[in-house]
Amino acid sequence: MSDASYLSLEKLTLAYGDTVAVADLDLDIRKGELIALLGPSGCGKTTTMRAIAGLLPVKSGQVRLDGADMTRVPANKRAVGLVFQSYALFPHLSVYENVAFGLKLKGMRGAELDTKVQAGLKSVGLSSFANRKPAELSGGQQQRVALARSMVMEPKVLLLDEPLSNLDARLRLEMRTELQRVQKETGVTMIFVTHDQAEALALADRIVVMKGGAIEQIGTPEDIYNRPVSSFVADFVGFENIFPLEGGKLRTSGGLIELSGEAPSAAGLAWRPRMVTLGTGPFRGTVRGTSFAGDSREYLLDTSLGAIKAEVEAALPAHALGADLLFDLPAGKAALLSKFS
Amino acid sequence: MNARSLFIPVTLFLVIAFLIGPFLIIVAASFSAGETLAFPPQGFSLRWIAKVFTVESFQASFAMSLFLAIGGTAAALVLGIPASYALSRYKLPGAEIVRTVVSAPIIVPGIIVGLALLRYIVVPFQVGITLALFVAHTALVLPYAVRVVSASLDNLRSDIEEAAVLLGSSRLGAFFRVVMPNIRGGIMSAFILGFVTSFNQVPVSLFLSGPGVRTLPVDMIAYMEIVFDPSVAALSSLLAFLSIGIVFAAERFLGFSRYV
Ligand SMILES: Nc1ncnc2c1ncn2[C@@H]1O[C@H](COP(=O)(O)OP(=O)(O)OP(=O)(O)O)[C@@H](O)[C@H]1O
Ligand SMILES: [Mg+2]
Repeated sequence: MSDASYLSLEKLTLAYGDTVAVADLDLDIRKGELIALLGPSGCGKTTTMRAIAGLLPVKSGQVRLDGADMTRVPANKRAVGLVFQSYALFPHLSVYENVAFGLKLKGMRGAELDTKVQAGLKSVGLSSFANRKPAELSGGQQQRVALARSMVMEPKVLLLDEPLSNLDARLRLEMRTELQRVQKETGVTMIFVTHDQAEALALADRIVVMKGGAIEQIGTPEDIYNRPVSSFVADFVGFENIFPLEGGKLRTSGGLIELSGEAPSAAGLAWRPRMVTLGTGPFRGTVRGTSFAGDSREYLLDTSLGAIKAEVEAALPAHALGADLLFDLPAGKAALLSKFS
Repeated sequence: MNARSLFIPVTLFLVIAFLIGPFLIIVAASFSAGETLAFPPQGFSLRWIAKVFTVESFQASFAMSLFLAIGGTAAALVLGIPASYALSRYKLPGAEIVRTVVSAPIIVPGIIVGLALLRYIVVPFQVGITLALFVAHTALVLPYAVRVVSASLDNLRSDIEEAAVLLGSSRLGAFFRVVMPNIRGGIMSAFILGFVTSFNQVPVSLFLSGPGVRTLPVDMIAYMEIVFDPSVAALSSLLAFLSIGIVFAAERFLGFSRYV
């Protein structure tokens, strides 16, 4: 086992009956890494997590963990923890008993058990709630019980399926830092699923973007945010002007147009609204919409390329609806897309 | 008050009178001092209540009914809990057919079930009367067991079993550790419902009863054909109060009505 592949998925294919949900997935994760799985609904995030945990049989391919082939190892022998989106706390047991559940199954008893459970509860700030039933807790507290319940087992990998999506905005931020803290303190390898790109960017060491049961891009938050490899990822991380390239040129309703600067070799280009220059350039557009966003102002332009979104500093003089403007899409600033779909 | 505003109270009164009336008549008749079953009762005495406890065949048939109600319901639960679990947790082919077959005894009239069991099982295979009654009562209670247990399983999210497995439990262990404790109320409710259903069951038992082996209701009918004294009314009253007591206790401690 090399250090770079503590957990590795090799040509992993997962199916529900005859419907393939994840196909030929390859992924290597380092020990102690915090990975975010990002992607639209139905792209196979939960399916992949369930296969890593052993809850879903693998159709073909391998799951390797810490040097051992886990593909056929049953879920209760894998040392993989999973925090469910619904928390899945045991309703008939107290908070304390929930956290103690797995430890007792390991045969732990008496003072050793109590010390561990108390430490687990303390680490998520729930020591004073030990005797409550799950139904008597708020969503955020339930979430933390679920986290403690998995963490006391000292899993090799902890999986979290949309751990924050049931929480309100403030609690979400709180839990976000909490997760990061627990991960840094314990050094557990963690994979969490999210729909929220801001969450992924803020938390993860690396982000895995999935689409239609396959990985679209793997990279650091900076990679994903600044250098999306495909129109799909670019769209996901907020590049709103995305165009295909034909022989280094952009297609407009009036024919192909050369870009200013060196002609790039890519399947497509993408610009964030902030990257569009207004006032000069080879393109011309009409202001169709404008909105003020405090520090900046956004314009929606009708152009021969189609709709363009531009964002400029609010301090600059405003353009009226219907105004004709020159603008530029600087090739030097664009993200180069190797895949356009 | 006009006729319209009287309609609802009058209807309500009639409904209650029809439901409770016969019961009140029976209760009143059990305290009669007279020799025959009559209403209004003649005088007041506890002699018929006392007599119930001295009729030997009542004791035997009460024991039989109790055995069938407890044993048959327990057997129905032993079969019904795993069946409900499989039906609710796995997408089995033919699950709908299983559901229908299991609930058939509710839909098919008891007389037909009894006749069918007698004609095609008891007679050809020479099955003993007690065994035949036991099997019949199990089958009659099974639909209630499956219904009630399924209802409480459907209220229970299935991911807690997966959570238990990931914490080191086996699948079977997860069933006993986290499923059973959470459907306990449903199981108790199913037991009570099954018990009452079995205990009050007449048509099937009528067909299957034989010499010396009878359930209590069947025995009461037989008794009445010979002796027409108020002791049957007294016994009915006792049984009714017992049932009411059980259901009240169940509602009080289990929230029975949630499951039925
Ligand atoms: N139990 C199932 N039976 C059949 N198909 C399923 C089942 N669960 C998921 N699928 C299908 O597999 C694909 C991947 O689903 P999955 O739940 O992994 O998506 P996801 O990325 O977790 O989506 P979401 O963000 O909505 O949770 C989807 O097309 C879905 O319809
Ligand atoms: Mg999901």
